[in-house]
Amino acid sequence: MSSPASLTCVADQADFAEQAMPHIDSLYSAALRMTRNPADAEDLVQETYLKAYRGFGGFEAGTNLRAWLYRILTNTYINTYRAKQRRPDESDLDDVEDLYLFRRLGGLEAATIGRSAEDELMDLFSEAEVKTAVEELPENFRIPVILADVEGFAYKEIAEILDIPVGTVMSRLHRGRKGLQKALYEFAATRGLVERLEATAAAPAGGEAE
Amino acid sequence: MEHGDCNSTSDCDDSLHELYTFLDGELTEEKRSTIEQHIDDCSPCLEAFDFEAELRTVIARRCHDEVPETLRRRIADSLGLSEGP
Repeated sequence: MSSPASLTCVADQADFAEQAMPHIDSLYSAALRMTRNPADAEDLVQETYLKAYRGFGGFEAGTNLRAWLYRILTNTYINTYRAKQRRPDESDLDDVEDLYLFRRLGGLEAATIGRSAEDELMDLFSEAEVKTAVEELPENFRIPVILADVEGFAYKEIAEILDIPVGTVMSRLHRGRKGLQKALYEFAATRGLVERLEATAAAPAGGEAE
Repeated sequence: MEHGDCNSTSDCDDSLHELYTFLDGELTEEKRSTIEQHIDDCSPCLEAFDFEAELRTVIARRCHDEVPETLRRRIADSLGLSEGP
């Protein structure tokens, strides 16, 4: 690290660009969910790439570059931005039951014939609502949820990215997912969609009851 | 295996307990095939598994942002990589 110029050659630069740049959209998306504002997200991504570039000489070829980039992103976020944010209340998630959303909206598929639950859920929750629901999770849960459910990392990879045991990854994911479902349900309830679904389920296809 | 009322069997409880580990692809092969067999036979559990799987797809699809072109360019420049000639 003392003489960065000597560590990098033209080939390294080209390798780094070729391998790391394709991840920029997903790193930026994760950075937005973490920082919750575009200006900080841009700075975070830029810093991540600079750090990764400087450290690329020490990156072992053939290992997981994507996980390594997320590790740098996450550490940079935690070290630089976390201090700025208030610690949200994490205990709220304890009383959320499992399958929270399914138990409330699971009638969805039964209510509408010929459409997938995925289409129904896409209609039910706007992009802004899903993003807000993720972003409002307490940070300890938010980052594992982003890494697992949005980025598709395995438990072991998340454990390495966050430097926590796999068991902790699992319990944080569990609570984070429940919190996410509760937040989504509240969006649906606020818009009166839940009542509409219940009405549809009660009076299925054919006759309009009212 | 007979499941009269699926919601009350311990197979359902076991399967639902492992729902996320299953969807995360983190179960052993043996455990995974036990659950697959169960949800093939048990439509209430299948519905729950499907719902959670679809929900996850929706969350991932909804959380995608494209990096601003200016940032992409700035990073490329700062790394000394020029994309043009």
